[in-house]
Amino acid sequence: QERLDMSTYPVESIRNFSIIAHVDHGKSTLADRLLEITGTISKTDRNKQVLDKLQVERERGITVKAQSASLFYSHEGINYLLNLIDTPGHVDFSYEVSRSLSACQGVILVVDANEGIQAQTVANFYLAFEAQLSIIPVINKIDLKNADPETVEKQIEKLFDIPADECIRISAKQGTNVEKVLQKVIEKIPPPQCNTADPLKALVFDSTFDHYRGVVANIALFGGEIAKGQKIVSAHTKKRYEVNEVGILTPNEQPTHKLYAGQVGYLIAGMKEVTEAQIGDTLFLYKQPVEPLPGFKSAKPMVFAGMYPIDQTEYNNLKSALERLTLNDSSVTVHRDSSLALGAGWRLGFLGLLHMEVFNQRLEQEYNMSVILTAPTVPYKAVLSSAKLIKEYGKDQITIINPAHFPDKLSVSEYLEPTVLGTIVTPHEYIGKIITLCQDRRAVQKDMLYIDENRVMLKYLFPLNEIVVDFYDALKSLSSGYASFDYEDAGYQSADLVKMDILLNGNPVEELATIIHNDKAHAAGKLLCERLKETIPRQLFEIAIQAAIGKKIIARETLKAYRKNVVAKCYGGDITRRMKLLKRQAEGKRLMRKIGNVEVPRDAFIRVLKRETDK
Amino acid sequence: QAPCPQWPYCRKRCSYCNFNTYVVPAVDEVAVRACLVREAQTLLRLSQVHSVTSVFFGGGTPSLASPGTVAAVLEVVAGAAHLPAGAEVTLEANPSSTSTSRLTGFRAAGVNRLSIGVQVRGALPAAAPAAPRDPIVTALPPQSLDDAELRMLGREHTAAEAQKAVEAARGLFPGRTSIDLLFGLPGQSLDAWAQRLEAALGLCDDHISLYQLTLERGTALAAQVRGGALPAPPQDLLADMYQTARTVLVAAGFRHYEVSNFARKGALSTHNLSYWRADQYIGVGPGAHGRFVLRGEGGRSREARVQTLEPVTWMREVQSQGHGTRSRAVLSPLEQLEELLTLGLRMDEGITHKRWRHFSPQLSLQAVFGVPGEAQALQQHGWLVLDSGGLRCTWAGLAVLDSLLPDLLWQLQRV
Repeated sequence: QERLDMSTYPVESIRNFSIIAHVDHGKSTLADRLLEITGTISKTDRNKQVLDKLQVERERGITVKAQSASLFYSHEGINYLLNLIDTPGHVDFSYEVSRSLSACQGVILVVDANEGIQAQTVANFYLAFEAQLSIIPVINKIDLKNADPETVEKQIEKLFDIPADECIRISAKQGTNVEKVLQKVIEKIPPPQCNTADPLKALVFDSTFDHYRGVVANIALFGGEIAKGQKIVSAHTKKRYEVNEVGILTPNEQPTHKLYAGQVGYLIAGMKEVTEAQIGDTLFLYKQPVEPLPGFKSAKPMVFAGMYPIDQTEYNNLKSALERLTLNDSSVTVHRDSSLALGAGWRLGFLGLLHMEVFNQRLEQEYNMSVILTAPTVPYKAVLSSAKLIKEYGKDQITIINPAHFPDKLSVSEYLEPTVLGTIVTPHEYIGKIITLCQDRRAVQKDMLYIDENRVMLKYLFPLNEIVVDFYDALKSLSSGYASFDYEDAGYQSADLVKMDILLNGNPVEELATIIHNDKAHAAGKLLCERLKETIPRQLFEIAIQAAIGKKIIARETLKAYRKNVVAKCYGGDITRRMKLLKRQAEGKRLMRKIGNVEVPRDAFIRVLKRETDK
Repeated sequence: QAPCPQWPYCRKRCSYCNFNTYVVPAVDEVAVRACLVREAQTLLRLSQVHSVTSVFFGGGTPSLASPGTVAAVLEVVAGAAHLPAGAEVTLEANPSSTSTSRLTGFRAAGVNRLSIGVQVRGALPAAAPAAPRDPIVTALPPQSLDDAELRMLGREHTAAEAQKAVEAARGLFPGRTSIDLLFGLPGQSLDAWAQRLEAALGLCDDHISLYQLTLERGTALAAQVRGGALPAPPQDLLADMYQTARTVLVAAGFRHYEVSNFARKGALSTHNLSYWRADQYIGVGPGAHGRFVLRGEGGRSREARVQTLEPVTWMREVQSQGHGTRSRAVLSPLEQLEELLTLGLRMDEGITHKRWRHFSPQLSLQAVFGVPGEAQALQQHGWLVLDSGGLRCTWAGLAVLDSLLPDLLWQLQRV
């Protein structure tokens, strides 16, 4: 294969940029068109979300993982190298957005001409604004019947202080004005400020794991050049590697002779261990150390859950799958954990509930692993008052990511819960319902602003646990899908917390133990008991399903015993089918979760928890 | 040995029935008869059976066939093997096709037991001519005492017809007429059921089959219940109905000898006992099932055989190769024990040590279930008994057998 010579693209002819947008505003479609116009991919009807490579991304229509593509574009006699660094499109993944932006000098901010500015548009705008990037506002979907680009321009002016005449009206679907966007990228976004004559300084802004070639690191060169055969060092691990291959992504890997300052591409250098390619790490030449780049704040998990193999013999397989998947998704935190009931496993931290679902789906799709997940919990804190506990932990304030470790009220002076500042953008007719919903979630209003005659932006301070599981779905359903939501971390506040256990015939179900606000315990306990009653199959004896705080029972349902369970008619007909069913049930005994004498199908608890989202 | 010929045709499909039945305007009975005869002959030869203990004509509605067809099948059975004079020969009948004259014809053809109103029979997907089913004439479905209920079930006959049919049957087959009792109809109350039972006791002979109505997928009745047009009976009510029926029937002198079968004066169904005891049986006719050893081919293992389901195809196959066997599978020793366990525990006698030894000469019942494990736990809870008589359910255990079986099969599989 012919290797590209990248030396023909000096720093001045390079532009590094991202597309940011609220979900479904057309980011991936615009990326597809840009790839086509620049000849990066051939123009066919099949180009749909070309940069969304993961099965889960295509299935769910969301971008989970940032991808990059180098585009070649000639403008006014100059050949430009445009590096498009895609960004994820869901609130859970805003951490990835900020990481992608660190390799850019500008962004295309896409807003839907019909829906206007949404919560995530606001969040993404501020990420780019705070990173001091050039912003090119683009109003997409002008071909739609209800498109109202003028109103959207006014919103942009009002909220972001960008003059309306700077907005480019496009239809990414039909290709209208997309060429203009490219020209603006060249005119408005500055080239990276760096020099090929400097020593090598490369930022690892992403990495993937390839089963055959090991770690493939996505890098942005902030100085110098890199080529096959060079010896490089990781500033983080101090380990030395020899470069095997460098290249650009178009969007598939295409090897090049070298990469030069300002360019973006990939690197393969014999990194085999999952821990070696730290995202945010700086690479430099052996014996030519440089001041490392600031790197990234590590992603802050918002939601924790226990993960256990369904069968303990699968422990090692699951362990290696987790290691590989977390290399591709370093925002997941992993701690070993064990439970009397569930055996050895892990406590994982996720950016949000969608992130947790996506991670679980990838485990199933890419690694064929099925697991037990416990109820998600947010990271609570406890200020300890017991001298014994303070000595045990070596500190007077602890973070609780596992309900099993919730310290008793008697040894605690104060519990704290994490909060977020939520942004909601909605058509004004839904305000009443939304305010009620927010109050129901213990939220406090901070701001309310009309962004045009019909649309309102609300800001609320929420306890994180109130929005983790089902808030987004509730908001969507009561606003017929029109309201949007995004949030950012807002520190901790004091809270009256209790640990609620779910008992089956007096035995606690570890998967379902939750930390919950005292005011909400009764209703939540009652709901869980009712759902369990519907989910657990009847057995030969009566089952008491209870919710308890400490020793106090706060809710109870009774699942009555089977009094009759026998097939009425059984003669010389087709008993083969019946035998198959019975044998499947017999084999299913092996996979039953036994809580005391109660047998529960392994997935029953997750079904109970999941159903909360479709309430 | 017990052949079971199937007559797969009905005049009208009942709303709860999902069996392999066919409603066709005109059946070429001569051709069907020839095929039943030919297949019975072939299969009997393959099995090398010496003596036939019972014959059961199932359906469909075999009483729609002419007595001549029944006679022809019995003739070929008697020709291929020894058919003792007292051997049980049962015919399933529908009240609307059981005039005294037709019944007389069937009796003359060799039928000595009648089972009326029977489409309720569950496990049989098709009609296998002449196989053991109930030992006595089964007559009169329970619902047959109420015209509104009959209409809901899509039955063709009226309550008066049903009553007449039972009376006619009892006159011709005294002590050998069985009736079906059906409970758990949408909207039926416990009181209504108790009354129905009393009425049935006034009418019945010495054998009753008691069925809970099951809403089979794809039936008109199930669709009505799912659509909300009819109420689904609550589980606890169904349990109460079953317990009431058991108690009332036992008090009336019936022996509850199988989950759904009651008999007095020793009128047990020889034919059906052979299924539950895992004896050999030969299924003849479209969709019929059989379990037998093919001694005629030098076989030594019990096989599960299924005849072709669709009547026209089945006939073509019988005409060209003598039988319409669609599938045959040798049952492994474990599979045979699994079937024995599943079927045997349905009877009050349970599984005797002798019968178990027949299938498992090496490993005794005691060795499998008398050791610490699921079976012992079930014994301690009072569902099961293992003693010198064998392994069987208690009175309470019989009603929840399907909850016991997965535990027992799981224990058996690990031996």
